[in-house]
Amino acid sequence: MTVITESNASRPLLQLEGVKKYYPSRKGLFAKGRIQAVDGVTLDVHAGETVGLVGESGCGKSTLGRTIIRLEHSDAGRILYDGEEITAYSVRRMRPLRTQMQMIFQDPYSSLNPRQRVEDILAEPLIAHGLPRGEDARRSVGKLLDLVQLPRSSRSRYPHEFSGGQRQRIGIARALALKPRLIVCDEPVSALDVSVQAQILNLLKDLQDELKLTYVFIGHGLGAVRYISTRVAVMYLGKIVELGETNRVFDAPRHPYTSLLLQAIPVADPRRRLRERLVLQGEAPNPENPPPGCRFHPRCPFARERCFSEAPSLTGNGHAAACHYPLG
Amino acid sequence: MLSYIARRLLISLPVLLGITVINFILMKLAPGNPVDMLIDPNTPPELLQAKKAMLGLNSPPAVQYGKWLLGLLHGHLGYSFSSYAPVADLIAQRIGPTLLLAFASLFGGMLIALPLGIAGAVRRNTALDHALTGLSFVGISLPPFFLGLGLIYWFSLKTKLLPTGGMHTLGGEGGLGDALYHLVLPASVLAAAIVGKKIRYIRASMLDVLEKEYLRTARAKGVRESLVIGKHALRNALLPILTVFGAEIPVLLGGSILVEQIFQWPGIGQLALQSILSRDYPTLMALNLVAAIVVLASNLLTDALYTMADPRIQYR
Amino acid sequence: MSEAIEPERARTGSAGPFRQFAGRFCRHKLAVVGLAVTAALILTALLAPLLSPHSPYSVSDTFSSPPSSRHWLGTDPVGRDVFSRLIAASRVSLAVGFATVALYVTAGTLIGLVSAYVGGWVDLIVMRVTDMFMAFPFLMVILVVVSVLGASLQTIVFVLALFSWPTVARLVRSSVLSLKEQDFVKAGRALGFGAPRILFRHLLPNALAPIVVNATFGVAGAILSESGLSFLGMGVQPPAASWGNMLGDAQSLTVLTDQPWLWLPPGLMLLIAVLAINFVGDGLRDALDPNG
Repeated sequence: MTVITESNASRPLLQLEGVKKYYPSRKGLFAKGRIQAVDGVTLDVHAGETVGLVGESGCGKSTLGRTIIRLEHSDAGRILYDGEEITAYSVRRMRPLRTQMQMIFQDPYSSLNPRQRVEDILAEPLIAHGLPRGEDARRSVGKLLDLVQLPRSSRSRYPHEFSGGQRQRIGIARALALKPRLIVCDEPVSALDVSVQAQILNLLKDLQDELKLTYVFIGHGLGAVRYISTRVAVMYLGKIVELGETNRVFDAPRHPYTSLLLQAIPVADPRRRLRERLVLQGEAPNPENPPPGCRFHPRCPFARERCFSEAPSLTGNGHAAACHYPLG
Repeated sequence: MLSYIARRLLISLPVLLGITVINFILMKLAPGNPVDMLIDPNTPPELLQAKKAMLGLNSPPAVQYGKWLLGLLHGHLGYSFSSYAPVADLIAQRIGPTLLLAFASLFGGMLIALPLGIAGAVRRNTALDHALTGLSFVGISLPPFFLGLGLIYWFSLKTKLLPTGGMHTLGGEGGLGDALYHLVLPASVLAAAIVGKKIRYIRASMLDVLEKEYLRTARAKGVRESLVIGKHALRNALLPILTVFGAEIPVLLGGSILVEQIFQWPGIGQLALQSILSRDYPTLMALNLVAAIVVLASNLLTDALYTMADPRIQYR
Repeated sequence: MSEAIEPERARTGSAGPFRQFAGRFCRHKLAVVGLAVTAALILTALLAPLLSPHSPYSVSDTFSSPPSSRHWLGTDPVGRDVFSRLIAASRVSLAVGFATVALYVTAGTLIGLVSAYVGGWVDLIVMRVTDMFMAFPFLMVILVVVSVLGASLQTIVFVLALFSWPTVARLVRSSVLSLKEQDFVKAGRALGFGAPRILFRHLLPNALAPIVVNATFGVAGAILSESGLSFLGMGVQPPAASWGNMLGDAQSLTVLTDQPWLWLPPGLMLLIAVLAINFVGDGLRDALDPNG
């Protein structure tokens, strides 16, 4: 047990120190390899902020999200929640903390049990934690539906009677049921229609203000991440390669990968489209067998001798990048 | 593919060993033993003891099991408690008729089920298709012994076309023709269940293929419908269909007990029933083991053939 | 905010899941007929003592007599009323069928659920054990075990269940393996739900459809197996009546040729019962899995 008794203001709500997560992979008859999904992530998340996690699919951002709230065991490193180390907590010891940290899932179709009515979905967390039952639970369900702006008449319906956006609202309401402080949002809008995405993002923002929530926002679409995040962490092959305030990362990226990622966004402005653009070439290398040195060097247009052998570490105050030759 | 087969074989070994253990425990749980059953109650107890010692019934169960397993590794299956003949010989005598019966029913069942299944798919949702579906359900639901009795009643007793049972005409010259003549009824009973099960499967795989893009192309090119079905569709549907017939071998093995009993067919099934009634443990253990090997082998064969027939399925 | 206000009712209407399911089931005409026949059989079995004109055990003065106004389906060689025995047998056969299925479906479901949810070594061992049980040739091993334990109704149910649960365990395991990767199960874990709640409230209800279909076909299969055992004399023991042992008693050429009332009725009853239940199973399969 850590004996930190500083005031909450200076201590991050969530601290990750060198967190690693491996997956076994099978090759051939007996040989076993391992995939380094998350490879040494250090990150602080402060109360009230939103940290965005971006990167291509397979970069480990979703695994990191699940590891944070202990849906997955980490293989190395430390995870501290509110100063308390929870890295090795058993399922039983995690139980009380479940009211503190929650998750919103990507696919609103698979994230709701199709055999439960909305009121059961929303009341079940309360009942499982010995919180209000009966009439009190009913009232809580009503309040939750109000919070996510769904009509109270939704309570007796089944998930399949709702659209994707509405289902995501139910998922958000369920995450809010236990009044958590930290919510990991795992690509909560990427499965939704573009028209609905903005509504859900606004809802998340409003809820954050109203309920003093802290978000870790995992996003595939850079637009959504930029819109909602206070700070952004860019991940590549299990490592954070750039970390800083949203505007600085987006406007003046320091890591070549971030820069290329940003340029991969289709641009509406025809004048900019004509300009010469660097294109992110090739696919991300196999995380089972990451390249030596800087992991990005096979795809990096600026790679030099040093990048082939020496892995850069994340350096820089405020706006950090893991690159030997940062941009700007 | 080879590594897949190797892995499956490797997995099968402990399974087989486990089967022999379960088998052995079962036999040991059985009340009474063959000596008590066979010998006249007036036999002096010393003689009984000697007999038991001779059959190895006095050593502790683990030792008996060890001896049996050791013998197995040397190719000995032990001696029958009832006829004192080597179990391997007993099985060797009986396996031929059972294999003949099994493959005749498999082959016959296939010959009947294929055209019916294809007809159902081609004339889908017609009266014929519905009738065939009904027929397949009757095939699945018919108790084999009831069908057997019915066939004997009609073909043997009423019309006197076929013999009621046995494998050779008593006092006759025997020969293959005679055996085939005796084979018709028992094989029909086993084939009926196969036909019932496979009609719907064949129909489904045919429908699957018939809806494929390349058939639409063939039709659009003006290829005659009969040619589309005969040449293009059948060729693609046939292989997966044929492979799943391997899955019927274990079922046939079980079914042969009832059918061999009804038709007095001198095969493994009858041997099993006799061994059960006379508590002939060595024979039963060997039969169960042989049967289990056949089941595991035919499962493996079915899966392997299926992978080859359908490259989309990947076994790791 | 228009998107949030009106749930999509047009797609599914307001019909509950059960009404939709019932509607699909009723489109399968043979299944409806099968259900009616099954219901009639169950009713017959329940009301057996009221429906049978004679006691199935009482011996009359006529042996092997052909059908008459007194004995609608004649009498057997012992002089018992065949019609009454047929009704009594329905009780035995259905009881064995349903009891066996209840036993092995419960066991198989629990084992499959736990095996898939716990995973690792437990799962590996359970799978190898199912391999073992499934490698025994069904009827043969059942005959052996029944002969070892001695034939009685309880033994038959136990032994049939003993060699039937692996199929259900594998079925449940494979659906749970895919279900447990679904986000609603992860959400349950994130919400701190205990294993029992996740297993029985979230995984089981979603894995139920194939179990129900399998159980229905299983009843038909168990009735067939019981009748096979009884036919061979290793099942239901006289004087209790079962369709199988009634047929087994008719295995003589004289009975076959001259006394069809002794073997046709029990055989037909078996066929009708098994067929009806199989039709119900087919209807359930179509109704529960509209795509398959």
